[in-house]
Amino acid sequence: MTLSPSLVNLAYLVAAVLFIADLKWMSHPRTAVRGNLVGALGMAIAVAATLGSQPQEWTWIVVGVALGTLFGVWGALKVPMTAMPEMVGLFNGFGGLASVLVAGAALVAAYHGLARADLSLTARVATVASGVVGSVTFFGSYVAFGKLAEFLAVRWKLKAWQKVVKFGFSLATAVGGIGYVTVAGASAWTVVALVSAFAIAGLFLLRRERFPGMDALKAATAAVSVLLGVLLVLEPQEQALYWALAGVAGVLGVLLTWSIGGADMPVVIALLNSYSGLAAAATGFVIGNTVLIISGSLVGASGVILTNIMCKAMNRSLAHVLFGSLGPTSDTPDADEVYRTVKSGSAEEVAMLLDGARRVVIVPGYGMAVSQAQHAVRDLANLLESRGATVEFAIHPVAGRMPGHMNVLLAEADVPYTKLKEMDEINPEMEQVDVAIVIGANDVVNPVARTDPKSPIAGMPIIDVDRARNVVVVKRSLSPGFAGIPNPLFAAPNTLMYFSDGKKAILDLVAAIKQG
Amino acid sequence: MDLALLLTVFVLAIFVGFEVITKVPPTLHTPLMSGSNAISGITVVGALLLAGAMGEDPLARTLATVAVVFATINVVGGYVVTHRMLRMFKRK
Repeated sequence: MTLSPSLVNLAYLVAAVLFIADLKWMSHPRTAVRGNLVGALGMAIAVAATLGSQPQEWTWIVVGVALGTLFGVWGALKVPMTAMPEMVGLFNGFGGLASVLVAGAALVAAYHGLARADLSLTARVATVASGVVGSVTFFGSYVAFGKLAEFLAVRWKLKAWQKVVKFGFSLATAVGGIGYVTVAGASAWTVVALVSAFAIAGLFLLRRERFPGMDALKAATAAVSVLLGVLLVLEPQEQALYWALAGVAGVLGVLLTWSIGGADMPVVIALLNSYSGLAAAATGFVIGNTVLIISGSLVGASGVILTNIMCKAMNRSLAHVLFGSLGPTSDTPDADEVYRTVKSGSAEEVAMLLDGARRVVIVPGYGMAVSQAQHAVRDLANLLESRGATVEFAIHPVAGRMPGHMNVLLAEADVPYTKLKEMDEINPEMEQVDVAIVIGANDVVNPVARTDPKSPIAGMPIIDVDRARNVVVVKRSLSPGFAGIPNPLFAAPNTLMYFSDGKKAILDLVAAIKQG
Repeated sequence: MDLALLLTVFVLAIFVGFEVITKVPPTLHTPLMSGSNAISGITVVGALLLAGAMGEDPLARTLATVAVVFATINVVGGYVVTHRMLRMFKRK
């Protein structure tokens, strides 16, 4: 039995409404769990309606869904909260890859398969869009994943699993290219696909974030993608063109993300999120399916908004994040000069400073995630509260490696979300704060952003911890942050540096407070 | 389907997306990303249509089946990991 087309479309409408409700309920932590469940229900309805819409050959569908569910659940349950940016990046990439494959399959089906029919102009353009955006998303996301997991574009020695993934995926891409040409036969387009596969495989082996001619190569691959896209619209029966297009777009995806790292990561993760949605929407145009278009545009919009928020929080344009570079300029003061008056103290000295503090603000950064210090930080906050202090957390929008990263870590450690304050909320009250504790953050608390218009981070909104009565900075050393510039906060008269690993520092501090 | 119709849906959905998502607070931006990620796995619908069609070209079917696997990882993994995160926020 198959469902009538109008029934299927009604089911898709229900699914789309549920997705919108999902996102709407995401506006508050109280309703968000319900929202997510409703979204999952919508997805189940869309899938059920699809399966009922035509007579099915079940074998491969069951195998595919079972494998996907297995890997999906395993990954989702196993990932630690600190590694959430990598995980989201990876899932993003899978969505992009699915779009490439579906558009490719639709192309094959239209010209060689069951429903042979010349594709409409819309469908042809959409196929090109799916292939390009999907491939950029997939390879770009893989690079983002590899950089977050610290095995791509690095010089240090890799752990065994990192080597397996890095060289394994590189090898698989090259072998895939060779296999494709062997099966499809050598032609101008299959060779382009092969060369692209080799280029991608080779790029993955680079140990530097930048190389000469990189920008020219970006421009060239973008231009070739457009050219191949136009050719494919004119000659859609030429399948090899599609794979050549996907290959060249893949090189572009790798290049676009390759030079981006560190504090710029949240922007890229948000942007790739947006791409994965647009790829899905494009696939919707290929097969004329409204639920794909609606869901894809919702996700596209979400990614664009987040990208925008992240860029604003760094006072940089998207173009500057993607193509520019951040670093010390000739005007940047010498670190030794800036750090002449640095004072450092032990756990006991910090404990004394906190003794009698009535209002404490903790400012977490990526360093807290790296040292997995969120639970220790929660213990510190609880201890200070039990001694009569008010403790709040000030979260900079780009703290961490993805939007909202710090909030998730603190939620994991059972810190109530009402204690998490946004930058604009806490800054006006900073002068009433007795002690501000900065843990693992640097550029987002650098007062230079406010005071020196020539600085690379000039105009970036920061958390004004320097205005608190006392500042304690937990940090391993005086090494610079992502922007590569010294931070005068560390040498300010009201600042005490507390040099240690984040987690150990907080544990020692808790012990010192309990003893004192 | 008619291009104008598909475009209408596309444009309106983008407006709805902007309206709804601007209201999500920064605290929930990570779950928003992983949740919207799961939604973008809707490509699974397109993959299923091509993977399951009776008598479809073997190459098209193979491509679509691989797409089913990846889109399903995206969907299922996305919803489960979002649920895991949101439960932590709700406890209080």
